[in-house]
Amino acid sequence: MTSAVAVRPGFLKMAIRRYLPATLIFLGGILLWELIVIVFSIQGFLLPKPSRIATTFADEFTVVVPAGWFTMKEAIGGFAIGAVAGVAIALTTARWTVVKDGLMPFAIAINATPIIALAPIMNNWFGIVNPMAKMSIVAIIVFFPVMINMVRGLTEVDPGQLELMQSYASTPRELLFKVRVPNALPFLFSALKVGTSLSVIAAIVSEYFGGSREALGIYISQQAALFHFAEAWAAILVASFSVIVFYLAITLIERAVMPWHSSIRNVAGT
Amino acid sequence: MNTSTAVAIEGASKIFNEGSADQVEALEEIDLQIEPGEFISLIGPSGCGKSTLLRLIGDLLEPSTGRVTVAGKSAHQARLDREYGMVFQQATLYEWRSVAKNVQLPLEVMGRDKAEREARADKMLDLVGLTEFSSHYPWQLSGGMQQRVAIARALSFEPSILLMDEPFGALDEMTRERMQAEVLDIWSKTGTTVVFVTHSIPEAVFLSTRVVVMSPRPGRIDAVIDTELPQPRDEDTRESDRFYAKLTEVREVLRGGQGK
Repeated sequence: MTSAVAVRPGFLKMAIRRYLPATLIFLGGILLWELIVIVFSIQGFLLPKPSRIATTFADEFTVVVPAGWFTMKEAIGGFAIGAVAGVAIALTTARWTVVKDGLMPFAIAINATPIIALAPIMNNWFGIVNPMAKMSIVAIIVFFPVMINMVRGLTEVDPGQLELMQSYASTPRELLFKVRVPNALPFLFSALKVGTSLSVIAAIVSEYFGGSREALGIYISQQAALFHFAEAWAAILVASFSVIVFYLAITLIERAVMPWHSSIRNVAGT
Repeated sequence: MNTSTAVAIEGASKIFNEGSADQVEALEEIDLQIEPGEFISLIGPSGCGKSTLLRLIGDLLEPSTGRVTVAGKSAHQARLDREYGMVFQQATLYEWRSVAKNVQLPLEVMGRDKAEREARADKMLDLVGLTEFSSHYPWQLSGGMQQRVAIARALSFEPSILLMDEPFGALDEMTRERMQAEVLDIWSKTGTTVVFVTHSIPEAVFLSTRVVVMSPRPGRIDAVIDTELPQPRDEDTRESDRFYAKLTEVREVLRGGQGK
């Protein structure tokens, strides 16, 4: 790696080798979908052709993209509330173990229940067009995995690392911030990454139970009810694209926060 | 008791899970005195309590009976006064900290200012020959280099006693012998008292001023053997007749202890 000129071709070759298979499978899948719809003459309201979805997406762009942003604000807002609360509660369990012993069984039980079922109730609590109704569902759904993972990360510390801090006669506070918290970061970020798709799913599905007309979930359910499936698919495209961007944003933060972590050094290919 | 004694262990025993069905008597009535600047090895088969004894000295465990005195005070007070540098079989580096930051960690805990921390870390990394790796992360280093960082970290705050628990147990033979020479070099430069747990007879004899031979169930001291090898020790020491004689002496005590 002496000069940019020398690096470039090798880098390009590596990028091609790495991304080519996925690109080919993606394009092949789209092509296959298109062909199946044509060959078996599948009705457009059952499964529209990808080309049809693409043109509909272009036509509906000024509707589906703002709708996507409206829903993403609920998802991100709820995600932030849930994540901050999850980390905060996990930190108190590290300080007072009695909180952990009392809370964890319930947290694990609640995490296993379908929280989305609360959506109609939240609509009643906050009002059907109030974004807080959706954000609260998102927040609860994100809260539990974040809290449970964070607690694990704070607890599952290498015993040698604890003994070493003990031998330095460190205070509990130093042990928390110099060892337990950094140790918990990989756990936290894996929960946050799961949380990105969970939060968007939660926001859209809770919109299915009613909400503002600007919302993506409302748009999808209304278009589907009218058999406008190409429009519904175009909106789903927006949703999946939003999740990918959200996920990548969290991944970028993860890299900035944990440049030392193994999941990153593998990606870096060193 | 002489206050200049580095470590004095008097009638120390350790029973794990005392009173329950899985009670284990790890150590029985241990008496041992270590003078300042000595290099002591604890050797014995698995389960002889050598690591437990090391942890009693370092106040990571409390004795069930008896007393451990370090530098004229209780082991507990000695830990609070940061008298101990510890090195384990695993390097136990904090993977989120660079090499330099790992070496600085004990100094951070002790509230030393940044300039002093950096100066000390530079000095220690120079001592173990890792200056150019100071900004690397632990995963970028080999096992031997990681263990050198652990040693640099243990010495960074100039503890009066270095406690080492099979520090080279996970290294290959070549690296191991090189690390032994380095530890002896560091020991001669710093004058630190070292307590070193190992199950390698040549390692114990090569490094130590005295070898403490232990036997299991319950852990006790069978013999304390003065190695009487001249300092400084080098590769020639390993090939000397006296070295072989001492190996045999330690081995025979170990075999006797096993047979009981």
